[in-house]
Amino acid sequence: MIADYWMGLAGGLMIGIAASILLLGNGRIMGASGILGSVVDGSARGRDRTEKLWFMGGLIGAPALAILIFGPGETHLTGNISVIIAAGLLVGLGTRLANGCTSGHGVCGISRLSPRGIVATLWYLLAGAVTVYLFRHIMGLI
Amino acid sequence: MRRAVAAVSGAIFGLGLMISGMTDTTKVQGWLDFLGDWDPTLAFVLGGAILPMAVAWALAGRLGAPAFDTRFPAPPDPQLDRQLAIGSILFGMGWGLAGLCPGPSLASLSWGGWGGALFLIAMVAGMLAAPPVARRLLAV
Repeated sequence: MIADYWMGLAGGLMIGIAASILLLGNGRIMGASGILGSVVDGSARGRDRTEKLWFMGGLIGAPALAILIFGPGETHLTGNISVIIAAGLLVGLGTRLANGCTSGHGVCGISRLSPRGIVATLWYLLAGAVTVYLFRHIMGLI
Repeated sequence: MRRAVAAVSGAIFGLGLMISGMTDTTKVQGWLDFLGDWDPTLAFVLGGAILPMAVAWALAGRLGAPAFDTRFPAPPDPQLDRQLAIGSILFGMGWGLAGLCPGPSLASLSWGGWGGALFLIAMVAGMLAAPPVARRLLAV
């Protein structure tokens, strides 16, 4: 458990460094939902779209190379198809409505004390906690 | 150069998500399970990520311009609205249900199996549904 905390801190620092590189290098905010969302809905165009595709290439490709060396980790994702689809739809819809997710609002927003980032993070943490409570402890589904 | 910066940032982000445990849905759901067997790891992840980024924002304030662009993003918007709250609540529900958010769902695509791919497809569908839903929300 304690080792997990250190891994969490180390991985967290890497996430923050990745966001710092994108900000100080390209002047962009590292928000995963905004980057993916604007590529799939076509609102990112030209040079902006190309750069976002490169970012996604690194995001998907680096872990893919890492598992070739260290072997795959576990995602422990549920096998319940309805839960997967419902969760995916909610995450996609919600992050685009809110204009950000854990990386954009959570990491990049809170670190500059953005009111929207802080409020969004409080709402998704609360909603996530209530959802886990209901679906795990009351309904026993997840 | 901007492409290389984007790719390197994405690569470090993906490896960080993997190492930190954010791609493991049991750790994410364990973090959200405040009334059960609570796993505080994610507090370390978020804290660890915010720290260097806070330094980067402070640096940005002094530098005036990024290395490969003419300006930094605009200051944070103080405007809070209903769409931000509703969207974040819907996102939190999905995050709790599956234990995946957008970054980790992309990072774990190569080993997440059919479930991870299905989640990503559903997430993209949800993203594409957002503009019409937003128009309705604003109309109410």
